[in-house]
Amino acid sequence: MTRDYLVTYSAGVTDDDRVFKALADPTRRFLLDRLFVRDGRTLTALESELEMTRFGVMKHLRVLEDAGLVVTRRSGREKLHFLNPVPIRLIHDRWIDKYTERQVSALADLKTELEETA
Amino acid sequence: MSTITEQKQTTQVYRVFIRATPQAVWDAITTPEWTERYGYGGTVEYEMKQGGSYRHLPSAEMVKAGEEHGFPVPDVIIDGEVLEVDPPKRLVHTWHFMMAPDLADDAVGTITYELEELEGGVTRLTLIHELDGAPATALMVSSDEDPSSGGGGWAWVLSDLKTLLETGSTLAG
Repeated sequence: MTRDYLVTYSAGVTDDDRVFKALADPTRRFLLDRLFVRDGRTLTALESELEMTRFGVMKHLRVLEDAGLVVTRRSGREKLHFLNPVPIRLIHDRWIDKYTERQVSALADLKTELEETA
Repeated sequence: MSTITEQKQTTQVYRVFIRATPQAVWDAITTPEWTERYGYGGTVEYEMKQGGSYRHLPSAEMVKAGEEHGFPVPDVIIDGEVLEVDPPKRLVHTWHFMMAPDLADDAVGTITYELEELEGGVTRLTLIHELDGAPATALMVSSDEDPSSGGGGWAWVLSDLKTLLETGSTLAG
């Protein structure tokens, strides 16, 4: 338990590296998207949507948890995984606001347009 | 309000790490001097005992904005009953949001604050919002819209709380 705290602690108070690293993987983004649609899921439920071993899914969830993007809570015998949007909000406030949201949305529009014409 | 789908999303969990003592975080959550300085503002009144009352009163800006947009802001915007108090570690109370008529059909939710002291003068704050039977409230508190148009939800409130405690000023400046 103490070790868990230390891992999470360093994730929470250092820079945004862990969050960016966690988001840099398609499987982990997929897991976050699944939790966004329906929060508070078990490993078994999340695993059923991926063609991956249980161990692999556990590893990805661990990275997400260390980055603070997923918070687990016990409910009876089950361990439930919740999406924690706060680290993304903090990055948003730190980076997106800084370079103005207008530019970002302009880029997002451009991306959509390019992808549609491609 | 967007269409509410079949999703069964009844509990939301938010966590943030704040470089401050649990007592400082506790005070920022439970005293009016602090609550008017971050998030949506307004002042809280807690009767700090089991069965005590909790009330969140609007700020002058909220009342003014309400008048400008042609809807009356009630004298109490959120009320509830204190269920558990263990300062500065744990606070549980019901949470009944009364400012928006479109949430009137929602059930009353429960908020749990958990504060844990970590090494290095850091507090781990976890907010658990139980939202059984409150789908419209669930959408509101998880909104990622612009805070200036009423969005932001808990993620924004907690980010603002962190910024205030760590820097002395809020995201809005």
